[in-house]
Amino acid sequence: MAERMGFFTDTTVCIGCKACEVACKEWNNVPDDGFVFRATSYDNTGALGASTWRHVAFIEQDARWLMSSDVCKHCTHAACLDVCPTGALFRTEFDTVVVQSDICNGCGYCVPACPYGVIDRREDDGRAWKCTLCYDRLRGGMEPACAKACPTKSIQFGPLDELRQRAEERVERLHAEGTTEARLYGANPDNGVGGTGAFFLLLDEPETYGLPPDPVVTTRDLPAMWRWAGGAALALAAGVAACFLGKRS
Amino acid sequence: MPRRRDEMVPDAEFRSYYGQPVIKQPIWHEPHMPTYLYLGGLSGAAGAMAAAARLTGRDRLELAARMTAFAGASAGAAFLVAELGRPMRFLNMLRVFKLTSPMSVGSWTLAAHSGLTGVAAGSAMTGLLPLAGDAASVASGLSGVAMATYTAVLLADTAVPAWHEGMRELPFLFSGSALASAGAALMLTTPRAQAGPARAAAVTGAMAEVVAGSLMERRLGLVGEPYRQGRAGRLMRASRVLTLGGGLLATVAGRSRALTALSGLAITAGALCTRFGVLEAGRASAKDPRYTVVPQRARLDAGAPASVPGR
Repeated sequence: MAERMGFFTDTTVCIGCKACEVACKEWNNVPDDGFVFRATSYDNTGALGASTWRHVAFIEQDARWLMSSDVCKHCTHAACLDVCPTGALFRTEFDTVVVQSDICNGCGYCVPACPYGVIDRREDDGRAWKCTLCYDRLRGGMEPACAKACPTKSIQFGPLDELRQRAEERVERLHAEGTTEARLYGANPDNGVGGTGAFFLLLDEPETYGLPPDPVVTTRDLPAMWRWAGGAALALAAGVAACFLGKRS
Repeated sequence: MPRRRDEMVPDAEFRSYYGQPVIKQPIWHEPHMPTYLYLGGLSGAAGAMAAAARLTGRDRLELAARMTAFAGASAGAAFLVAELGRPMRFLNMLRVFKLTSPMSVGSWTLAAHSGLTGVAAGSAMTGLLPLAGDAASVASGLSGVAMATYTAVLLADTAVPAWHEGMRELPFLFSGSALASAGAALMLTTPRAQAGPARAAAVTGAMAEVVAGSLMERRLGLVGEPYRQGRAGRLMRASRVLTLGGGLLATVAGRSRALTALSGLAITAGALCTRFGVLEAGRASAKDPRYTVVPQRARLDAGAPASVPGR
């Protein structure tokens, strides 16, 4: 396996230009996701989805604007991949998570399984789609389209270990400069998804950006779920047996 | 540092991105998904009833149970295929077997259960291969209890708070409802002399369904709110009234065909309301970021963030 590759999105230098959204659409041939004026902010894509693989969030606060380019997290423990019944979702040699569109049968299970609300089904196409971390470009030795197009290096691509180190240094520097609210999101390999391949430097609580503050891979609890279901199955068998006890009516 | 302003949501007890959902709503459709959940449960419990009837020599009850199990599995499978975004690719479900995917486990369970109930029903209808038919009928008891319960894991194994946190009670809610459904169907299709176990199943299942549902809503607290509010709340309340009423009626219906029919229909309607209500509660739970953010934020504030031990 090649080195684990990922994204470090430093939101402190994001200028909200949406070049990432456009580059992603161009390279990956992602269909139109609507021309919507949301009347809440300069955000006009709203959320990640089947046809929105980079989403630039705008948060207008009193004396500052927060901008952040969201993307699939490519989790270490990926719920979408775990629950996919066809094997359409797989882990690549770069430790990223990709849907094979020639296998996906559109069962839709990955959609509510993702703790970040990333993956979705295209209803006119019937299949699930999300960021591939430009799997084709990576195989060709190139960086993903969004990182390539980002004019401020807010989106940085590289080996995950290097990115995590660089991000730690960036946070230390920001803290030293007085930006004490700077924090990393998703970089900790001990979190509920085992750390993410795409992580972020944020200036406020994650939920402000529409991110879950403490996500968990749902399959962490699957052994317990099967045990409860096993108990219910036994209870059902016992219940049926009990109904047949006694003399014939 | 700029002062924070709670500009995101009218209710300031938690923060979000313009009140937008954090997770995606389940995209499963009505009536496909909830009807499948009902039919799968009906078929599964009917399979278990067929096996028990076979082993205790109740031929007419077994015949009705075999047919119900087969009809439920076939119709359920049709709804499931229709639910897919790419129905022509339904066989991809059997491309791999994954224990981490309840839908994969369920697809194989449904395949086995459909096959067994098909053999059992086919043998009963044609009179061919009676031994194979009897063996399949008994085996469908095993696939049946799996059929009636795996769907609870299917829902719980998502990021939807109302489903995930309901992982303890959902299997009992669904298996109780399945038992009630099968009892209801069989007491309507079996001569009275052999329908005793069916009536008992209807009553037992109805009580289990009502108790499991009530326990779940009580235990879940905030996360259980979607089961009590809006359309989901109306469906869950209707389910409880119909199931409880139908179950009680089954105990007093006695020789009355009309009362038995009324009881069976009420229990069936209650079981359907349960499935539609649970799906709707899942949607509402995913749609409101409160149910995702508040428990997670509470975890962080308590200094006990989530982790994945052993993986």
